[in-house]
Amino acid sequence: MQGLDQLKETASQTAGPYVHIGCVPNFCDITGVFPEDLGCRMVNEHTKGERITVRGRVFDGTGTPLRDALIEVWQADAEGLYPSPQEKRGMADPNFTGFGRSPGDMATGEYVFETVRPGTVPFIDGRPMAPHITFWVVARGINIGLHTRMYFPDDEEALKADPILMRIEHQVRVATLVAEKTGEAEYTFNIHLQGPKETIFFDI
Amino acid sequence: MSDGAYFQRDRQWHPPAYAPGYKTSVKRSPQAALISLNNTISEMTGPVFGHNMLGELDNDLVHNYAKPGESAIGQRIIVYGRVLDENGRGVPGALVEFWQANAGGRYRHKKETYLAPLDPNFGGCGRAITDDEGGYRFRTIQPGAYPWPNGVNDWRPAHIHFSVFGHAFAQRLITQMYFEGDPMIWQCPIVNTIPSREAVESLIAPLDMNNTIPMDARAYKFDIVLRGRRSTMFENRMEGN
Ligand SMILES: [Fe+3]
Repeated sequence: MQGLDQLKETASQTAGPYVHIGCVPNFCDITGVFPEDLGCRMVNEHTKGERITVRGRVFDGTGTPLRDALIEVWQADAEGLYPSPQEKRGMADPNFTGFGRSPGDMATGEYVFETVRPGTVPFIDGRPMAPHITFWVVARGINIGLHTRMYFPDDEEALKADPILMRIEHQVRVATLVAEKTGEAEYTFNIHLQGPKETIFFDI
Repeated sequence: MSDGAYFQRDRQWHPPAYAPGYKTSVKRSPQAALISLNNTISEMTGPVFGHNMLGELDNDLVHNYAKPGESAIGQRIIVYGRVLDENGRGVPGALVEFWQANAGGRYRHKKETYLAPLDPNFGGCGRAITDDEGGYRFRTIQPGAYPWPNGVNDWRPAHIHFSVFGHAFAQRLITQMYFEGDPMIWQCPIVNTIPSREAVESLIAPLDMNNTIPMDARAYKFDIVLRGRRSTMFENRMEGN
């Protein structure tokens, strides 16, 4: 029989406790190598859309916040366009990166992103998905990066009609993907790796 | 033309979230099944980073933290390879970030407690963006092995950490590279989270004397494979869409 001539994806390994050295060196006092840490600024003064702050912490199965995680986010701009060459529907806001990277604070574990509220993007069949931010979490003890999504609590109607959320079997868990509004233009999204409040993670 | 969804991740090939030999994974591993999701545009897009963001010494860990005229201590090596997808095609424009301990096995980090000395001329981080064929290379020093708290006498084999961005957020990957012939590889609880020997072998870089720079640095080759994509020619589409 012929072979498929496909390669296997390189196996994942944990980011380890020193992920900061490679991914956010300025944050851990390795200065003078890169001018600034990648993903530390998603917006500038010209970015279009509603400014928001997204913050939160990542908790382990004992309820202890991780203080060595690295959180990455990827999202559409205010019009629902991704700043990516794979985006074929239009040109995203050139003043928005769509990508953010934040280490948890070394004392409290809190991550923070200053960004804009994302617009609506379509599901595979064209139906609208509720506005969301894609999250990726790595840390010591996490063997393969965890993908999840954050949705907005004020989008009630869109959440009910979201093609992905609708088909989740255990609807009681959907709440784990919805941030809490904790201030004027501020949302808190805590991620629970384990336990009764375990966040939904996706195999995308 | 491959512009469809990314091949599903083979979760039997990657380490499972819960791997009790690596103790920290016990309380940091999700217990519910992952929810499978066909790729949407949110996962099939991703940030791109241009070559213009790179500094001249970003891929030279021997010099990028060193005082002028000085260099990091250790055995000088070149690490080079290609970023490919599962279809075997090079991935151009991929951002590859790497970090490592110094020659004595010590990281430059507040939370590092190993007694080996810091090298004042070694920071331990670098990055590169792949060329048109998916190729990358950097110069560094061979990192040392180091002990870590897991069992009472667990050691990490010499390794370099890699973080890779392909063309889509679905391809995001962090892994580690090991060195040919290191007996410590097979004793490491983190390596052993990977279920198959074959998958571990794919993380071990062979020594490449042909690409060694005489009287300067030896070379190791490390290829990285990211998820590939299906052809869309016959993909499901809503009629008329
Ligand atoms: Fe390490």
